[in-house]
This record gives sequence, structure tokens and C-alpha cells, in this order.
Amino acid sequence: MKHTISVLVNNRPGVLARTAGLFARRGFNIDSLAVSTTQDPDVSRMTIVVEGPDAVLEQISKQLYKLMDVIKVLDHQDEAVVNRELALIKVDASPAVRGEIMQTVSIFRANIVDVSDRTFTIEVTGSADKVDALTGLLSKYGIREMMRTGRIVLSRGAPTA
Amino acid sequence: MKMAGAQAMMEVLRREGVEVIFGYPGGSLLPIYDVLYDTKDIRHILVRHEQGAAHAADGYARASGKVGVCMATSGPGATNLVTGIATAAMDSVPIIAITGQVPTFAIGKDAFQEADITGITMPITKHNYLLTEAADIPRVFKEAFYIASTGRPGPVLIDFPRDVQQAELEFEYPDRVELPGYRPTLEGHPKMIERAAELIDAAERPLIYGGGGVNAAGAQAELVELAERAGIPATMTLMGKGGFPEDHELCLGMPGMHGTAYANYALHEADVIIAVGTRFDDRVTGKLDMFARSAKFVHIDIDPAEIGKNVLPTLPIVGDVKRVLGELVKKVARAKHSQWHDTVAGWKQQYPMGWKGDGLKPQFIIQEIHRATKGEAVIVTEVGQNQMWAAQWYPCREVRQFISSGGLGTMGYGLPAAIGAKVARPDKAVWDIAGDGSIQMNIQEMATAVQGKIPVKIAVLNNGYLGMVRQWQTLFFKNRLSQVDLAVGTPDFVKLAEAYGAVGLRVMEESEVRGAVEKAMAVDDRPCLIDFAVARDENVMPMVPAGGTVDDMLVD
Ligand SMILES: Cc1ncc(C[n+]2csc(CCOP(=O)(O)OP(=O)(O)O)c2C)c(N)n1
Ligand SMILES: [Mg+2]
Repeated sequence: MKHTISVLVNNRPGVLARTAGLFARRGFNIDSLAVSTTQDPDVSRMTIVVEGPDAVLEQISKQLYKLMDVIKVLDHQDEAVVNRELALIKVDASPAVRGEIMQTVSIFRANIVDVSDRTFTIEVTGSADKVDALTGLLSKYGIREMMRTGRIVLSRGAPTA
Repeated sequence: MKMAGAQAMMEVLRREGVEVIFGYPGGSLLPIYDVLYDTKDIRHILVRHEQGAAHAADGYARASGKVGVCMATSGPGATNLVTGIATAAMDSVPIIAITGQVPTFAIGKDAFQEADITGITMPITKHNYLLTEAADIPRVFKEAFYIASTGRPGPVLIDFPRDVQQAELEFEYPDRVELPGYRPTLEGHPKMIERAAELIDAAERPLIYGGGGVNAAGAQAELVELAERAGIPATMTLMGKGGFPEDHELCLGMPGMHGTAYANYALHEADVIIAVGTRFDDRVTGKLDMFARSAKFVHIDIDPAEIGKNVLPTLPIVGDVKRVLGELVKKVARAKHSQWHDTVAGWKQQYPMGWKGDGLKPQFIIQEIHRATKGEAVIVTEVGQNQMWAAQWYPCREVRQFISSGGLGTMGYGLPAAIGAKVARPDKAVWDIAGDGSIQMNIQEMATAVQGKIPVKIAVLNNGYLGMVRQWQTLFFKNRLSQVDLAVGTPDFVKLAEAYGAVGLRVMEESEVRGAVEKAMAVDDRPCLIDFAVARDENVMPMVPAGGTVDDMLVD
């Protein structure tokens, strides 16, 4: 099953390599990884989506804690969270299908952020499911290029860390 | 006080109580070696290969319980440390590796002798640092010693660019370390300890299975008290050897692949196993899902990540082994378990350790060394059959008495580690039990021992083979001996020892063993090597084949 974990780390050079390296060498698969700074400039936050049974997750979390630069690991499993992902999708858009695509985009509350003779570039924000659904619908027109940020997550309500 | 980076480093080492550095100079370390020129209170031992420096620091740390320090120049010097650092990491040994680095402005430019050693050693260090500011030196070194020696110990590397060694700083020694992401748990959870005691009290066939953590924590007294109070026999892994006195009637020797049959049967039959400072290594468990199938586990370890990694315990207790055992022993009831002891005694009688046939047998040689040293020597080993025979035939009474590369299984570890151990324990006889293959992997350290007047003893069990590999080929590959014969090309070790300025002795027959060992014991100003021409085809027995179970155990 998929787990989303947040890892708070010291904002120092090499910390991303240490964390990602740990996943690689212990054979844990990363589905997605997003990193940025936080309200505290000394702390970065990573949101990592991993696939695996609970026991593996526990092992990942314990191994992460062994890194000196890891301050906190949060597994959002049984918790209300806000989770978002942003995708940019460049799709073939011949005049004949433009109207159809624009309708789909508006149903998904997505935006067309760039237009060319033959393509639209669409920005969509939401849960991974929503992004999956939209890309599914758009695929029949021909997706030229696509980039997803990977999931980012915060717990609802008062801060956990 | 203002001083240069290199001086600041030396000042920190002094304050951390460092008495010796094992090192090898080079361009990126010149400022540090210049400071060493005037340093009288910290001994520098010049090795002949940086791998030797790392193993010597490791042997020093294992024998003393203190942090070992090694040092190498940038690029090839640093990469030569890698095997030694990995060896220390696998066995949780506290060492500090200091590497020279090209000046900060040249980093990332493929400068002469540049290697990304912090990148390379990321997976094999507990932590590592690249120093970029001289002002960070006191803090970084202090943190390094703290990290290496606390919690589950391990190696820490500090990469030290040459310009930072020369830059000036205002020296201020922090009085404490601040590492928000690092707080080892030392005290076991009282509830869990209580429940563990209940589980142990309810056991009919309890067994202690102790590992390297017992040595690291110095928890022998607590472990023996627990065993005696609750009538529990103990099996100690290669890493845990000496953590329970092997002449104690409750001691069952080593478990696992080359463990005693009775330890393996006891593991198989036990109903409660108290796993102490150990990590359920595959060399102990064999086929994991068949391992100790009837048992519930109490697992005590300082590293939370070890709990549940291989075996899910009924009762996990995270904490310092010594403290947890100290608490646990107060809670368990006195017990005898006479029936269980009778069963174990039966196995001991039915499957005693021994060997067959005549000729110069390695097992006999180690027994003789044990006799001559009254069981009090520090035993360091290489890797292979020699290592297993040393473990089987040199019973140890004390912690930190048996020093061997268990996790990584590094051939070439023994001689340099013995040098480090002898520096740590000049009061003890230190023997390297070696193989003819392994000893050639770091034979150059003979020169280190001669120059440093470090009188280690080296017993080469010379079977003319990469014996352990030969044994596997014999047993599991139809005796198709592929690339394991060393007979041609191996130097005359006696002449070689003499060429280094050491003492060399040769033993061809059983009757010569005692005399040679006694002669070696008398050498006190230089290393002494004995070349034992042992029976070539001897196998280490018993043996549970890799991934097997007790039912697959070969006895001879
Ligand atoms: C650096 C390294 N290379 C290879 C091995 C694989 N290996 C394990 S035991 C062994 C043979 C060791 O031969 P020797 O030192 O003569 O010891 P013996 O088994 O004959 O006592 C080998 C090659 C190893 N453990 N370490
Ligand atoms: Mg050999």
C-alpha cells in the first residue's frame, strides 16, 4: 500500500542525497518526492510517497531517524491531511478538439496556461487521483509532455511539528 | 585564542583524550603533519597502507572501548580507507577518519587527488562532514566524537580541505553538542522491562542469545547475573564472544553457521529467547522463517531500527544493553529449569566439539595458544577458516578480548587491527590468528609494527589455500577447486618476517607447537610471526549450510 510521509530535515547541502541514498540502498521504492524549505529557513520538508507494507514503513522511518540531519518523520497514515499535487500537461489540441478539451479543463478546475497552434499546456492542482483522472481523459488527444511535482502534504489543523 | 585549523584539530583531539593517530601523510595533509611535528602528547603511528590505518584505529577502539582515530590524505589516501570504514560500520565500531581534501576553491573541479569521499562514504559512516569554515572545526570534531561513541557506535568521517587547515580561527570549545535529530534512547521502557520479566518467568526453556552489543556496552556482569539468577543458558555470537565468560557452565559457545551443535539445538528448542545487542544476522539464523520457531523473543538493542528488521520480537526494548539488563535482572524471579539444562547437557554430550585425524591441526594450535596465554590474550583474527577456528577453540573470559571482522568479513583486517589492539592494551599479549591468504592482504603492516616496536604475534595457519572458499567448493561444488590454491607464489613467511626485521618461526609438526608459541611469547620488542604448516584439507565443523536449518547441519 502507498504511504505518504513527511520528513523534516536540516536545510544543509547533501541532505537530499543522504535521504534518497538511504531509500535506494535499503531497497525502498520512492513513488514521488518533493522538497522545499519551510517557515524555518534552517529546516527543509520532504514529502515522500512510498509503496510498501506497514512493517517496511516502520523500518524506513527508523532508518531515516538514524540520519543525523533528520529531525522528524511523520507518517500521515491515520490522519486528516491536505494533499496536493501540481501537474503541467502539454496536449495536442487541433482546432477540432479545442472546445472539448476546454470543457474538460473547466470541469476539473484546471487552467490552460499556454496555447500554441497545435497544443495546449494545462495546469492542474489537486489530489493524485484527480491528476490521474485528468491525464486519463487527455491521453486520447495525445500528451506531448508532462511533469508532475509529486505529492505535498500537510496535516489538517494545528501544526504537528 | 587564535590558531590555525590544523592546530585547532589537534587541540580538540587532545581534549577528547586521543592518545594515538594511525595515519599516512600526503599533499592535502601537509599543514596537519606540520603541526604533528611539534606534537609530543599524541602519538602518530605511520602505517604502510591507509587501509591499515582504518583497521588499526578499529582494533584500537574495539580493544579499549575508546574512539580510534585514523587519517589519510585526499583522493587515493581517502579511498584506501573505505574498506576499513565499512568494516567498522558493519560491526558498530567508533572510529574517526580524518581525510585531507583539496582546497575548497578546487572542490568539484576534478583537482589533483580530489575524490568525493563524503559522497563515497555516505552509506558506510554513521555520519560524515565536509569542513568548509575553520570556525566550525571545534564544533564538528566535538560532534564527531560524540556521534561515534554514543548510541549505537560507528565511524564518522571528517573531510578537511587543505585551506581550512591553514585558515585562522578563534578557538572556542563548545561545552556541549546540539544535535536535535540525534537522541539515543538509553533507558529501557519500565513497562516493557516488566513484561519481559514476566515472559522470562513463564518460560520453560529460556535462552540468552547475545551479540556485539554486550561487548560494546560492557554488560558482561549484568548478563551473567541474569543468566545465573534465572537459570538461563547463553549462546554468544562471533561479535558477542567474551560477553559471557566461555568457561562458565551456562555458556554454550557460538550459534549459527559454524556454531556449536548444542547452541543451535538450544535455539531451535527454546521457548523464550532473550536477544541482547544482536541483529539476527543470516550467519546466525540461517533460513529466517525456520529460525527458533518455537520461541518468543525479547529483543534488547540500542538501535530501534534493529527491532523488527529481521525478526519481529514479542517484547522489544530499546535502550543501552547494560542499563536494561541491570533493570531486568531486578525483576526476574530466581529459577532453575533443571529439565531444560539436562536436555542441553545431553546435546553437549552427544555433539561435543572436536576434530578427527592426525597431522598438524589448526584447532590444536589454537588450543595451545590458549594454554600458553592462560586464556588471557587478546585474539584478533583474519577471515576464513582461521577466524572460525579461533572463535571455536579460544574460549574468552572477558569483553573486548576477541576482535574480528564479523559483519563485513574483511580479509586483511587482522594484522593492522592487532597492531591497534596492542597499542590500546600494551599489558596484554595480542595474537593475530591468520590465514595465508588474508595475511597477504595487509602484510605491509609488518613494517608498521617493526617501526612502532609493537610486539604483536601472528599465527599463520598456512594451508596453502583460500581455505574457507576451498571448503565450500569441496562441500557444495563437487570439490571443483577453482582459483583457491595459494601454494605456488606464497612467500616464505619466515624469511619475509625476517626481511621486515621481525622474528619468524616455522612449525611443521604438532610436537613443535608449544615450543614455538612459548618462544613467540618471549619476544617483546618486535612482531613475531609463526608459520604453521597445517593440514591442508581440514574443514570447519560443524556447519549449517547458508540458508539452512539445524536439520541440515553437517557434523563432519
Ligand atoms: C577482502 C576479501 N576478499 C575475499 C573474501 C572472500 N573470502 C572469504 S574467506 C576467504 C579465504 C581466506 O583464505 P585464508 O586467509 O588463507 O584463510 P583460510 O580460510 O585458509 O583459513 C576468501 C577469499 C573476503 N572475505 N574478503
Ligand atoms: Mg589459507
